[in-house]
Amino acid sequence: MAALRFLLSRSSLSSSSVALLSRGKNSFLGRGIWKYSTAAAIEEPIKPPVSVDHTQLLINGKFVDAASGKTFPTLDPRTGEVIAHVAEGDAEDVNRAVSAARKAFDEGPWPRLTAYERSRIMFRFADLVEKHNDEIAALETWDNGKPYEQSAKIEVPMFARLFRYYAGWADKIHGLTVPADGPYHVQTLHEPIGVAGQIIPWNFPLLMYAWKVGPALACGNTVVLKTAEQTPLSALYVSKLFHEAGLPAGVLNVVSGYGPTAGSALASHMDVDKVAFTGSTETGKIVLELAAKSNLKVVTLELGGKSPFIVCEDADVDKAVELAHFALFFNQGQCCCAGSRTFVHERVYDEFVEKAKARAVQRVVGDPFKNGIEQGPQVDSDQFEKILKYIRAGVDCGATLETGGERLGTKGYYIKPTVFSNVKDDMLIAKEEIFGPVQTILKYKDLDDVIRRANASQYGLAAGVFTQNIDTANTLTRALRVGTVWVNCFDTFDAAIPFGGYKMSGQGREKGVYSLKNYLQVKAVVTPLTNPAWL
Amino acid sequence: MAAAWRISSLISRSLSVPPAFRSLGRNSSLRRGVHRFSTAALIEEPITPPVQINHTKLLINGQFVDSASGKTFPTIDPRTGDVITHVAEGDAEDINRAVSAARKAFDEGPWPRMTAYERSRILLRFADLVEKHSDELAALESWNCGKPYEQAAKSELPLFVRLFHYYAGWADKIHGLTVPADGPYDVQTLHEPIGVAGQIIPWNFPLVMFAWKVGPALACGNTIVLKTAEQTPLTALYVAKLFHEAGLPPGVLNIVSGFGPTAGAALASHMDVDKLAFTGSTETGKIVLELAAKSNLKPVTLELGGKSPFIICEDADVDKAVELAHFALFFNQGQCCCAGSRTFVHERIHDEFLEKSKARAMRRTVGDPFKKGIEQGPQIDTEQFEKVLRYIRSGIESKATLECGGGRLGSKGFYIQPTVFSNVQDDMLIAKDEIFGPVQSILKFNDLGDVIRRANATRYGLAAGVFTSNVDTANTLSRALRVGTVWVNCFDVFDAAIPFGGYKMSGIGREKGIYSLHNYLQVKAVVTPLKSPAWL
Repeated sequence: MAALRFLLSRSSLSSSSVALLSRGKNSFLGRGIWKYSTAAAIEEPIKPPVSVDHTQLLINGKFVDAASGKTFPTLDPRTGEVIAHVAEGDAEDVNRAVSAARKAFDEGPWPRLTAYERSRIMFRFADLVEKHNDEIAALETWDNGKPYEQSAKIEVPMFARLFRYYAGWADKIHGLTVPADGPYHVQTLHEPIGVAGQIIPWNFPLLMYAWKVGPALACGNTVVLKTAEQTPLSALYVSKLFHEAGLPAGVLNVVSGYGPTAGSALASHMDVDKVAFTGSTETGKIVLELAAKSNLKVVTLELGGKSPFIVCEDADVDKAVELAHFALFFNQGQCCCAGSRTFVHERVYDEFVEKAKARAVQRVVGDPFKNGIEQGPQVDSDQFEKILKYIRAGVDCGATLETGGERLGTKGYYIKPTVFSNVKDDMLIAKEEIFGPVQTILKYKDLDDVIRRANASQYGLAAGVFTQNIDTANTLTRALRVGTVWVNCFDTFDAAIPFGGYKMSGQGREKGVYSLKNYLQVKAVVTPLTNPAWL
Repeated sequence: MAAAWRISSLISRSLSVPPAFRSLGRNSSLRRGVHRFSTAALIEEPITPPVQINHTKLLINGQFVDSASGKTFPTIDPRTGDVITHVAEGDAEDINRAVSAARKAFDEGPWPRMTAYERSRILLRFADLVEKHSDELAALESWNCGKPYEQAAKSELPLFVRLFHYYAGWADKIHGLTVPADGPYDVQTLHEPIGVAGQIIPWNFPLVMFAWKVGPALACGNTIVLKTAEQTPLTALYVAKLFHEAGLPPGVLNIVSGFGPTAGAALASHMDVDKLAFTGSTETGKIVLELAAKSNLKPVTLELGGKSPFIICEDADVDKAVELAHFALFFNQGQCCCAGSRTFVHERIHDEFLEKSKARAMRRTVGDPFKKGIEQGPQIDTEQFEKVLRYIRSGIESKATLECGGGRLGSKGFYIQPTVFSNVQDDMLIAKDEIFGPVQSILKFNDLGDVIRRANATRYGLAAGVFTSNVDTANTLSRALRVGTVWVNCFDVFDAAIPFGGYKMSGIGREKGIYSLHNYLQVKAVVTPLKSPAWL
């Protein structure tokens, strides 16, 4: 029930690229002692250095209980134990939040501030987040299970960076002056759409918040944000900071809750002008249907993927192994753009499989608060079970299980880094989004073969290409029907790079100049010209 | 399954609203009552259209073919209700064949692999051929659709040509971006064609809608399956034939005549169609979007219904305002999605405006669209005709004042008298629903705050007219109205470069202008590490 993505290739890859530099061929094979780092999983979980202060809904600038008074527990994926009970929003709370957002848009100061004033509030917010970097990172890791170092050094800085990016856009949204075919003055106004409903997933709670809230507010909209039920905490924390930075009441409302209740109420709401959703393709289809059946609100979707990572004949195998490993295993494999079909040219296939297996065996899994941990637990019991089911499906259909294939430890949702070889295109593990630490390695023989197979998917989110040959890179780049092609890199997620899917991976683009369009209406204004000096 | 519509830039101009202004002194209109509804024209025998019908089959993969079922349906002359000809009726199987041809033309054919310059030259040659056959095409359009021949020949055909020139010019100007990265990476975006575009067009402006849809899709390198409206299949087949003569490769543009629930639904649900664009009613638009959601999540562009306010401010020159408001509503038999169908008039000038509007409507020349000087032809078909009459009855029942018109004209065909209602209240059906006929509803307002609130109190948000000479009033209204187009002191200006589309339930996306390209392009980001970059 979620999708995701990433940035850090650089800084996080630095772990890998540094690793690459410091290692001779096969040197990592000698490092078997790290194997799954099971020790870490067995020890008592480290106590997160943060307290949970905000568990209510945030509506019209105030923390409030749910209308029903209900709460739901949010769990620590390391143990399955309750972190806190959080107010559970449903349709009535969504109504209240929409009504606050509606009022803030129709009557409030937000769309009537100068764009410069809006940008300054966003800059101040980014500064406050930076100041609270470590607490926010701890909260993110606690609720989600991702390595604390990843949260603290990459995701929270990236969050601040994204808000500075969008703050910079606020006063650079230009309409056009349009050439007419006669004596008319024509201009276009790029106006905020109104109330934006936004539904975000659990795999990158803060980054998805930034991708959604950043452009919506920069363009002058107001927002009702529904967070994922697995990870409600960090959004509440930062939204509090946003109000401290000067955000007017009602501009950003945060409702914690579930998809079928709060989420569908938001997608069907007659007073919501726009909905943006990140999550699974199945849920995305429902969201779009609800929009179609209600008020035709405009929908942006970022959905699932089964992205090919293509290792060409000429590739440096060690580097390719490391990058392909990162492309799949990053964030516990919980990335919508995960390189989850590793296509390897037949000439280098055997060496690649051997080294990829060794690299997976070496992966350090354990308490995400521990230093040096590469992989924490999966987010929850549902995901955990689903992944184990896919692993069984892989074994059942005759793929070769090279390593992993089961849970790690006896507590929480840890899964051993798993590698399958001899994977065929028609196996379930090669077709469906597993969303876990399961690498599937497929063999191909020439470019045409791999292009055809890479494109033979309902998805079209991203692709990785690993080659030194510029012609190969260009051929693949054009031929792959995906929204992002990473050549000799993966998960590079700079603020200015648009991200989004072809085919059933979604509609629209987030980040970059393209993302503004999602939150703007275009109004043409036409006036006759009397005595024009020029046309 | 109704339809939507719209016009051409040229029209507001060449349709000569301004000349009419000039020749009109105050009240001069009242003296011209002799033309009243021009009933004479109706009694005469209908004029034989100066054109032959050569193409009635489906156009798939560059060939005219019968439908798979062998079925045909009659297409009707709205002047008489008589059959013009029988046309091949496409259904799901024909859509499959057309999509398969378009798929092949996209995946393997030359079209997306040509240089953009070559594509643009084919579009330009096509425009030239259409220009050459302009009169026959205009005759066919009028015959099938009932719109005045002069409008088709002098405004719509030239606009069609102009739109293809416009999009031909775009073909080789579609740039991706080079993107600033936060580190040593080269980042570029490629703006790629989406693939196979399904397009469903309405009957009110068959050719202009063809151009709005086909122009940008082809300029961007896509291939197409176009479903025409069952009321008006003829001109699309004719021009598509010319397109192939201009050098369009087979399979790039496929035309399926047929009905919404069969052919249209098959196209919207097709798993091999990458994009859908629909113009028509809001109700059908919702279904189209649902079908896209339930099938393969193809992105959808929608141009839907409207109930556009035309706001006449206190300072307006009443004669000019009357003429423009009349044009805004009655143009194309009132069959425009952006028709100015709520005429809001400031209370200070309301009574004078009303009197003159009534006089202007009574003067409107209605008759055989092939006759010179005719302003209004028949409605498109019996269903629309009955619907419009039903709304008129509803207006009377809800106690609006029927100032003139209100009935059919003659006893044959689908002619309706130009109708004006006054004392219309916001909650009456005729002030809320899209009538799509020659029925003007006049409402009174007392200040700007009042009219802004009421103009925006609708599920629609397609367009608005504002009539004022005060720049502050114009600017206040332009910003406050939640609509996709604001025409200030003009209406229905439809130049190729002006984006058109709706807020709220009037649609999703924009057609025409640079914005329209976005509907037919995918964005691909390509990221590559940089070694020793000279700059970042």
